[in-house]
Amino acid sequence: MKKINDEFTERAVVHPDQCGAANDQVAAESLVGSNLKYLGMGILFGIIAVKSEIISWYRIQEMFRLHSFHMYGVIGTAVVVGAISVWFIKRFNIKTIQGEKVIFNSKPFHWGNVIGGLMFGLGWGITGACPGPLFAQIGSGLVVVIVTLISAIAGTYAYGVLQNKLPH
Amino acid sequence: MKDIVSQPWSWYVSGALIGLTVPALLLLGNKHFGISSSLRHICAACLPGKVPFFQYDWKREAWNLFFVAGIVAGAALAVNFLSDNQPVKVSANTVQALADLGIVADGNLAPVSIFNFSNLFTLKGLVFFVIGGFLVGFGTRYAGGCTSGHSIMGLSTLQWSSLVATCCFMAGGFAVVHLIFPWLIKII
Repeated sequence: MKKINDEFTERAVVHPDQCGAANDQVAAESLVGSNLKYLGMGILFGIIAVKSEIISWYRIQEMFRLHSFHMYGVIGTAVVVGAISVWFIKRFNIKTIQGEKVIFNSKPFHWGNVIGGLMFGLGWGITGACPGPLFAQIGSGLVVVIVTLISAIAGTYAYGVLQNKLPH
Repeated sequence: MKDIVSQPWSWYVSGALIGLTVPALLLLGNKHFGISSSLRHICAACLPGKVPFFQYDWKREAWNLFFVAGIVAGAALAVNFLSDNQPVKVSANTVQALADLGIVADGNLAPVSIFNFSNLFTLKGLVFFVIGGFLVGFGTRYAGGCTSGHSIMGLSTLQWSSLVATCCFMAGGFAVVHLIFPWLIKII
């Protein structure tokens, strides 16, 4: 564990490029101990995902058929609450529990947002699940979705291989 | 209290709790909400090969893997201990539209007639598991995020690219349901 800590403190914060869910903490972190709190956050998120029924294939069908407000309400409320929270953090300069300034990364536009976005949309409509719900469906006992998850990992791998050949 | 928890939660409670994930992760350690990145970290950890896209210190981003492991566990907890075991109430219009496609709304999380292991090596399995999953994994990484990273985190921080991506997610979904399913479901 000691070695890992040293590795982390030596490095400035270096991200994989276009990392969508970056870790901007500067303070050293151990691989397991520091990350258990995110396991806890994931457990809460998994419970919310089930209780809100956003992991239901039928709810996604309703959304794309405009037959129910439910999904729009969930996502819309999440964005509003998220945006207000971000505003508060910026306005009052709220620090992380390690006392660090909260970092916000910009996501510059590239054509992958459009082409990749459309591809993901097709997959979302078919599978009835975005990546979070894929994990939640497996936890809920829909075990066959492990195949979907493996295929999604393969898709991510294929993107990594082809990245330089694709328009961005 | 037990009753309130075990019923399905309303959209505003669910949405507010999902929205609060954004500041919670930021304040716990400057972590940015986004789930599809976990798929990339799994590649980086298990099969980086010679692909530069996967050559980075995945251990530094391992919080994301703990988060998705938590989602699996949390979902299992919710289904087993916090559920009233009532079927998902699907809108009558959707039930009818699916019936027209020959898909019975069976009260499960997803139609068992499609989502079961015996379909694994059939055309249905190819479309719903293999192709669907591949599009999710390829598309989210190409787009630079999914519903969490773009639609919730990105829109919360007012990113123009996330608005574009979110509109494209929705367009893709509408295309599947309205343009592709009507003929695809008949041939598989």
